[in-house]
Amino acid sequence: MSSTTISDAAQRIVSQGDSAPRLARDPVNQPMVNNWVEAIGETNPVYNDPGFAARSVHGGLVAPPAMAQVWTMRGLHGQRADDDPLGAMTAVLDAEGFTSVVATDSEQTYHRYLRPGEHVAASARLESVVGPKQTALGEGWFVTTRTSWTVGEEVVAEMLFRVLKFRPPGEHRAPDADRARVVDAPEYAAGVLRPVISADTAFFWEGTSVGELRIQRWGETLRHPPGPVGTGGDLATTPDYVVARGTGTLYSYVVHHAPKVPGKRLPFVVALVELDEGVRVLGELIDVGPEDVYIGLAVSVVFLRIDDELTLPAWQVAQ
Amino acid sequence: MTAMTLSGKAAIAGIGATEFSKDSGRSELRLAAECTHAALADAGLAPSDVDGLVTFTMDSNAEIALARELGIGELTFFSRIGYGGGAAAATVQQAAMAVATGVADVVVAYRAFNERSGHRFGQVSAGAAQQVNTSGIDNSFHYPAGIATPAAMVAMLARRYLHDYGAGSEDFGRIAVIDRKHAATNPNAWFYGKPITLADHQASRWIAEPLRLLDCCQESDGGVALVITSAERARDLPHRPAIVAAAAQGSSPGQYVMTSYYRDELAALPELGVVGRQLWTQAGITPSDVDVAVLYDHFTPYVLLQLEELGFCGRGEAKDFIAGDTLELGGALPLNPHGGQLGEAYIHGMNGIAEAVRQLRGSAVNQVEDAQHVLVTAGTGVPTSGLVLARI
Repeated sequence: MSSTTISDAAQRIVSQGDSAPRLARDPVNQPMVNNWVEAIGETNPVYNDPGFAARSVHGGLVAPPAMAQVWTMRGLHGQRADDDPLGAMTAVLDAEGFTSVVATDSEQTYHRYLRPGEHVAASARLESVVGPKQTALGEGWFVTTRTSWTVGEEVVAEMLFRVLKFRPPGEHRAPDADRARVVDAPEYAAGVLRPVISADTAFFWEGTSVGELRIQRWGETLRHPPGPVGTGGDLATTPDYVVARGTGTLYSYVVHHAPKVPGKRLPFVVALVELDEGVRVLGELIDVGPEDVYIGLAVSVVFLRIDDELTLPAWQVAQ
Repeated sequence: MTAMTLSGKAAIAGIGATEFSKDSGRSELRLAAECTHAALADAGLAPSDVDGLVTFTMDSNAEIALARELGIGELTFFSRIGYGGGAAAATVQQAAMAVATGVADVVVAYRAFNERSGHRFGQVSAGAAQQVNTSGIDNSFHYPAGIATPAAMVAMLARRYLHDYGAGSEDFGRIAVIDRKHAATNPNAWFYGKPITLADHQASRWIAEPLRLLDCCQESDGGVALVITSAERARDLPHRPAIVAAAAQGSSPGQYVMTSYYRDELAALPELGVVGRQLWTQAGITPSDVDVAVLYDHFTPYVLLQLEELGFCGRGEAKDFIAGDTLELGGALPLNPHGGQLGEAYIHGMNGIAEAVRQLRGSAVNQVEDAQHVLVTAGTGVPTSGLVLARI
C-alpha cells in the first residue's frame, strides 16, 4: 500500500470519465417542490403559485434550481451504480485505512430552471484526488467529483463536490494482508443486530473497520471479550491491544436453521474460534457448507463491511 | 453453638397455577393474580396474610401491581432475581431467607407470562442485543455474529460436549423421550397423551445443530405461584409442608448469560457446581439420597450436564448413567415426573418446584413412591439456583 496505490487508482478512475447517466426516480414534480420549499423556508410563490408563476418572467411554475440534486437522489435503499466514481474511490481509500469522511465543498452551477414534468439524469466523473494531506482531522485525501444533470443532451446544472477521506486519529495502519480481508457485505445490513459499544470495547470495533482483529492485552495476558480492568482486578494497570494474526481453529460451532436471524441467510454457521494467540473469538463462518465444518478446522479471519458504521469479524476456511 | 444455616427454617406451604396454554387470552398480571390466588387458597391463607413478594427481574408484573390486584396489604419484603430462568429456585431461597430472619412472615414467589402468545423467548430478541448495559455489551460479541437465540447459545456448548465425550444426538433424545412419557400421563401437561419415541426425536427438524426441535422446550402461557412461610407456621397449615432443606444460588468465574464461551472448558456448568456443593452441604445429603430429580430442561443437553455437574455421575458419563430405566418413575433417579418443560409447560422452572412439592405431599399424578428428598434446579447456562425440598 502506499500513496502510489491511491494515485494509480485515482488516475484509472479519472480516465474512465463520466459514469452512465442515471435517470431520476421521478420527473420534476410539484409535490416534491412543495415539500422542499416548506422544509427550506423558501417563500417565493413562483415555485408553487400557478397564477403568480404565469405572470412572472418564467410564464409558469418552475422548480427551485437548488433542488437539482434532489431529483436524482438514490432514496433510502438505493445502491451506488457500479461505475459511480466516488463509490469506487471511497472503496480504495477505505481499504487503505482512510475510513472516515467529511464533506468540505459543494459548488453548484445552474444553467437554467427546470419545469414540472422534465426528467433529469445525473452522471459523475472523478476530477481529482489530492493527498496525502495532514489535516486537523488526521491524514487524508481530498476527493473531488463533478456531477452533471442533463435533460436529454442539455446540461441543466453541475456540481463540484469535494470530500476529505481521512484516517481517524489513533488508527494504526494494518499490514497489507489484513486490509485485503475487508469485504463489502451490504447484503447483511437489513436489520442486522448492531453491537452495543462501550469505552472498553470501542477499540475492537474500530479495528474491524480497518481490517484488524484487535485483542486486548494486559501486560502479557490477552483477553477477549475485552473489559475495563486487568487480570485479578488490578486497577493500576492499563491495557493496549495486539492485532491478531487472524488464524485459528474451530473450538466449537453451531449450524443455525431456525428461526430467522436479522442480517443472516439460513442456514448459517457460527464458529467459536481459538486463535493461534490462544483466545477465543466468535464469528460467522462463511463460504462453506455445514457438512464440511468440523471441530479443529483451520480458519482465517475476514471482515464483513456492512456499512459505514459496522464491520463484523467473520471466518473463512484457511487457504 | 450450632453453625448458621438456612436449612429447615422455611417451607413451601402452598402451590398454585393457571392452566398451561399457548394463548391464555388474558393479561400477564391477570395470570399472576390467578396463580397467586390459587397458591394462597392451597395454603389456607388469605391475601391479607402476605407481607412479601418475590419474582424474576424478567417478570412483567410488579410486586405492587400484584399486591393491588389481590388486596395484599402492607409489604415488608419484595425482591427480584436476575438471569432469566436461573432465578427460579432462587425466588424460594430469597423467600426462605426472609421468613427465616423474620423480615417477612408469608412470602409468595410468582412467575406469570404469555411467553407463547406474547413475547417468545425462542425468537431473536433485538432488545436483549441492544440493551445499553453490561449485558448488552456482553451480547455485542455474540448476537451480531448470529448467536442470537437460546437454542443457538446452547448448541455451541452441546457441539463441544458431543465432541469431548463421544455422545450423540440420541443421548439428548432420551431426555426428551422420558419427559414426554411423563407428560403423557399428566392431564395438566400441554403434551398430555402425546408421548414420543426416539425415532420421532431423530426425525424432528434441526433448530440449531446439534439441537433438534424436540431437544427444545415449549413456549408456554401461564403462571405458577408458591407460598413460603416458616417451617413452624407451615405445620399448622392444611398440607404437609415441603421443607426447604437447602437453597442456593451460583455463579462462576468467566460467567456470561448463556454464552460462557471463554472458559478453559466449554462443555461444563461450573455455576451449577457452585449450587450443588451448597445443596449437599446444607441438606446434609448426597446425590444418592435424592428420590426425585426435577432438572431444568429448557434444552436436553443441559440435563446431561446437570447430572454430571451435580455428581450423579462423572464428567461425560451421563449418556451411560441414563441408560435403562434410571430416569423412569420406578428407576434410581426419576426425572421430571410432571413432564418437565419439554412436556408439561415452560413456566421458567417454577412449575418444576410445584411438582417437587406435590411429590413430597404424595399428591402428584405421576407419584414416586415415598419421596423424601426432591432436587430442583433452575435455568442452566446462566447464573443459576437450586433447591432440595424435603418431607418432614
